[in-house]
Amino acid sequence: MESRHTMRREPSRTTALPLKLLGLWAVICHKRQSSDGLTGKRTARVLYSWYWPFALGNGCILSRDTIKQDPIVDDVLDATYKYGFVTDVDAESAPPGLNEDIVRFISAKKNEPEFLLEWRLKAFEKWKKMTAPQWAKVSYPEIDYQEICYYSAPKSMEDRPQSLDEVDPKLLETYEKLGIPLAERAALAGVAVDAVFDSVSVATTFKDQLKDVGVIFCSISEAVREHPELVKKYLGSVVPATDNFFTALNSAVFSDGSFVYIPKGVRCPMELSTYFRINAANTGQFERTLIVADEGSYVSYLEGCTAPMRDENQLHAAVVELVALGDAEIKYSTVQNWYPGDENGVGGIYNFVTKRGACRGDNSKISWTQVETGSAITWKYPSVILQGDNSIGEFYSVAVTANYQQADTGTKMVHIGKNTKSTIISKGIAAGHGDQSYRGLVRVQKGAEGARNYTQCDSLLLGDRCGAHTFPYIEVMNSTAQVEHEASTSKVSEDQLFYCRQRGISEEDAISMIVNGFCKEVFRELPMEFAVEAQKLLSVSLEGAVG
Amino acid sequence: MLEISNLHAQIDDTQILKGLDLSIKPGEIHAIMGPNGSGKSTLAKVLAGDEAYEVTDGSVTYEGKDLLDMAPEERACEGLFLAFQYPVEIPGVNNTYFLKAALNAIRAHHDEEELDAYEFLALVKEKMALLEMDKSFKSRPVNVGFSGGEKKRNEILQLTVLNPKMAVLDETDSGLDVDALRTVAKGVNSLRDENHSFLVITHYQRLLDYIVPDFVHIMVDGKIARTGDKSLALEVEDKGYTTTQPSAAP
Repeated sequence: MESRHTMRREPSRTTALPLKLLGLWAVICHKRQSSDGLTGKRTARVLYSWYWPFALGNGCILSRDTIKQDPIVDDVLDATYKYGFVTDVDAESAPPGLNEDIVRFISAKKNEPEFLLEWRLKAFEKWKKMTAPQWAKVSYPEIDYQEICYYSAPKSMEDRPQSLDEVDPKLLETYEKLGIPLAERAALAGVAVDAVFDSVSVATTFKDQLKDVGVIFCSISEAVREHPELVKKYLGSVVPATDNFFTALNSAVFSDGSFVYIPKGVRCPMELSTYFRINAANTGQFERTLIVADEGSYVSYLEGCTAPMRDENQLHAAVVELVALGDAEIKYSTVQNWYPGDENGVGGIYNFVTKRGACRGDNSKISWTQVETGSAITWKYPSVILQGDNSIGEFYSVAVTANYQQADTGTKMVHIGKNTKSTIISKGIAAGHGDQSYRGLVRVQKGAEGARNYTQCDSLLLGDRCGAHTFPYIEVMNSTAQVEHEASTSKVSEDQLFYCRQRGISEEDAISMIVNGFCKEVFRELPMEFAVEAQKLLSVSLEGAVG
Repeated sequence: MLEISNLHAQIDDTQILKGLDLSIKPGEIHAIMGPNGSGKSTLAKVLAGDEAYEVTDGSVTYEGKDLLDMAPEERACEGLFLAFQYPVEIPGVNNTYFLKAALNAIRAHHDEEELDAYEFLALVKEKMALLEMDKSFKSRPVNVGFSGGEKKRNEILQLTVLNPKMAVLDETDSGLDVDALRTVAKGVNSLRDENHSFLVITHYQRLLDYIVPDFVHIMVDGKIARTGDKSLALEVEDKGYTTTQPSAAP
């Protein structure tokens, strides 16, 4: 374990408190359950089982080689990615490479207003002068940005389908494979899904229901056309276009993504969800998500994804911006399962994401919960800027790195308002040759009287060739602040495994059980069905992690 | 039920078991006593399939099958249970959940349906009452923060719920007060019938007052040095192990 602190580290008080978050959980759960009373009808809770096809076919487990020389480590390598299929929809792509023309092409393709084109071009100009960050504890061959395709859309998307019947059957088939019964979705699910296939949103459902309460949930392209004033006001307001190399790139070429606006006082009647999938070869995906919760509103947003198997590394540089105004609350849950590369570390997604939320108003709250099992490389720090007084930021994370996966992930909590509170619970699991780092910043600004932070980051190692590192940065500039940091590193011991096996539980099930126990505090933060899926996902990810 | 023949086993190149023979028939209770380092716990671990130990010679047949050829979980599913001398802590995993996973794994192995939550809880409740266990055991993580006595009691709870045909108790009595000892024995005796066999490893004759064995074996230096009935345990208690060694025997 490594630790590094910045020079200005002066935590006023550091105590080792036992975790007493149960009460908080209860409150959140309670909040989530309560009906809004605005719509007069309550949408049924949703089954998220379509998120991961393997969740449905739980009984069909990968055939595995039996015990190898090192039962714990080696055979992570045997686990193959089960969802690596490619749909041969004829994609209409821009030629590889990035220049001003491409940026104009993307903007034109989407009939964007002038302000957005200018915004993109400005970002592009800045990007040209920027370099990719080198400080993360990950290594990968240099990316040739001129090799990448910056726009691709299924052909049939030129004329936007007005209903599911008009959707390309091939696309529907893809969703079918992914376990999303699009056709039955309306009946099945209370979730409005803004599905992203390659770069264009295919279908958005339940819009009418949402419209009744004034919620806007659509693709960002549509939002640009239909609600330019909102987009203009908030786009880039949390994550400036030139925040970093990848955000500049994203701002220049973002293809699509989701847009959510919850009006004043509205409790969004359903959990909103988006579904990402990378398809066409060599196509970077540059999602842009913007969620705005106006005063006193509430929304819970879910994001989940799988990707087809690829030999070439695929770049993914998304930007997610959240804005919570006074008394508003945004809960953003992610389960990420992108192709992590094969057992030799070949291929896999490069996931360089900037996610940031701003608690603009007093008493606002933003909560990030993420379960990350995929990607070859993850570079991701969902953050909260706590501007409003009494605002709350939360970060609950489970990250798994197996095979040759690398992850440098964590969060930033920036306390600006008075009595702001933040909680960070990070659980890292490393197996095989996996390497992962927690990198977290807690900054308490001068005016943040009474700010509080609690950080707990735990690492679990499976085998002896993986690594876990912790890089906490704590910067406190207000003496009334209270900042706590706890960290632990542990191993799944042979004794534990033997004990479980002696009770009849297979080694794989035992690992999964122990790992799930380790992640419990985070899973509790996920919406119920999502949590069940996340547990299964974790089991599948670590499947083959033992003999 | 269990036939151990000429068993040799080592750990890290140190030979521990040196030609052990033992035969246990259905319904029998065998006790093994012996001085520290004689290989009692090693025998228990080898029977359960701990991969840290290497079997270098001999055979173990369990219900006609080669036990040494089976994975630990397979042995467990076939009804071999080891009550650990040092039960392992598993943070974050609920005790009841763990037990249910174990029971259902064993049931699945025999193509039996999983017990539903209701049936399972009823079963656990019954066994916990038998063992006079506090209901907080149900929700605590497996063995985490348990006292030594609680851990042993938890082992016996697992024993009674999983209902194995062949149970090996590795110094289950150590660290128990008389009351706890009596309770643990009650749990073991509740299973006792013509189909259940036990191998009880202990240092003290005291346990055998409550779990009365059919045979008592004295283990010295990796093999059985002497075999007798319950009176042998009393003799050992009285005179110590030295007199029971073959060379010193009359």
